[in-house]
Amino acid sequence: MTGQWNWFTGGIALGVVFLLAVFLVKPIGVSTQFVIFDGIVWNAVSDDLITKSPDAKSGYASTNAYLNKSGGKYSKNVIKPINYSFIFVLSMVLGAVLSAKTGGPQPTASDRIAPEVWRFRFGEEGTKRYVVSFIGGVVLLFGARLAGGCMSGHMMSGIMQTSISGYLFAIGVFLAGIPLAILIYGRK
Amino acid sequence: MEILLAVIVGAAFGFVLHRIGASNPHNIINMLRLTDLHLMKAILFGISIASALLFVGLALGAINPSHLDVKTSYWGVLAGGIFMGLAWPLTGYCPSTGMAALGDGRKDALFFVLGGLVGAYLYMIAYGQLQGSVLLAKILGGNVTLALTPDPSYPALISGIPGFIPALVVAIVLGVVAWKLPGRRA
Repeated sequence: MTGQWNWFTGGIALGVVFLLAVFLVKPIGVSTQFVIFDGIVWNAVSDDLITKSPDAKSGYASTNAYLNKSGGKYSKNVIKPINYSFIFVLSMVLGAVLSAKTGGPQPTASDRIAPEVWRFRFGEEGTKRYVVSFIGGVVLLFGARLAGGCMSGHMMSGIMQTSISGYLFAIGVFLAGIPLAILIYGRK
Repeated sequence: MEILLAVIVGAAFGFVLHRIGASNPHNIINMLRLTDLHLMKAILFGISIASALLFVGLALGAINPSHLDVKTSYWGVLAGGIFMGLAWPLTGYCPSTGMAALGDGRKDALFFVLGGLVGAYLYMIAYGQLQGSVLLAKILGGNVTLALTPDPSYPALISGIPGFIPALVVAIVLGVVAWKLPGRRA
C-alpha cells in the first residue's frame, strides 16, 4: 500500500521507539490499560470498589482481587488516570492520526469496515466483521491479561530485554495463530 | 513531565505502527498466513536494534537499570498467548494495533477495542478464582533473562560474562532472520 514504510525503515523506527521508551521511562506495554479503563468505569458506578488504605503499598485497596494485587498498583492508576501508562495508550491514537494526515497509508471506505483479505473470504458485509471483531477482542484481551502482557509488552519489550517469558509468549501466539490463519484464509 | 513524555512516546509508537502498516489487519492476517512477512521482518529487526542498543546502553551506564521490567514466566503466559493466537487471525488486531487503527477511522477496530474492554473485565472478575492455581504458578525460574542485566532481582541464564555479549549475539541472529525471511510472496 502506498505510504507504507518497508521493513527496513519500519524496523529501525520500531526499534528506536522501543529503545526510547525504556531509556526515558519504562518498556512499552498496552493491554494493562484496558483494565484501568474498565476500573475507571466500574469505580464510577460503584461506591466501594476502591478505597484509600494506608496499609497498601500504593495507598489504595480494592474489593476486586485483580485491582488489589501488587499492593493496589492498578487501583491507584484507576483513581489517578492521568498517569504515564494510561496517557501513553491514549496518545497512540493521536500518533496514528498524525501518520494518516502526513502521507501514511490510507484505508478505503471498505477497508474501514473489514480488511481486504477478510472481504475476499467472507464478503463485504459489515455486521459479520463487527461481531467477530468484538468476540475476538474479548478472547484476545482475556488472553493478554492471563499472559500478563500483549504483543508489545511481552513479545517486543520482553524479547528486547532477553526475557524468557517473552519467548514463551511468542511460542504460544504463533503456535496457535499461524495454523489457524492458514486454516481460515488459506495461502492463496 | 512524565505526562509530556507519555504523549510524545505514545504518539511516536502509534505513528510508527500506522506507518509500517501494522494497524491494517490485512497485513497482520497475511503475516500469520505466511503470505507477506514484511511486518515480521520489521518486528524482528526492531527488536534486534532495540535489544542491542539497550544492552550496550546498560553496559555504558547510559540507561537506568531501574527502567527494566522483566515479566515472570508461568503457565498462563503460554496459555494466554495461545488464546491470543486463536483470536489474532480473526481480528487482525492486537491491543496496540487496535488502538492505532482507531486513529485510522476503522470501524471494526472500534468493535475490537470494545470487545477487549469486556475481555479485560472478564479477567478482572475471574482473577480471584485463578489466584493460587497452577496456571499462575511461576515456571522456568520466574523473571529470568538470557543475558545478565545490572538489576540483581532478574536472574540470568548466562551469568558468567557481561550481558551485552549474549544480547548482541541474539540481536545479530534476530537481525539475520529479519534480513533473510522472504518479503511479499509473488
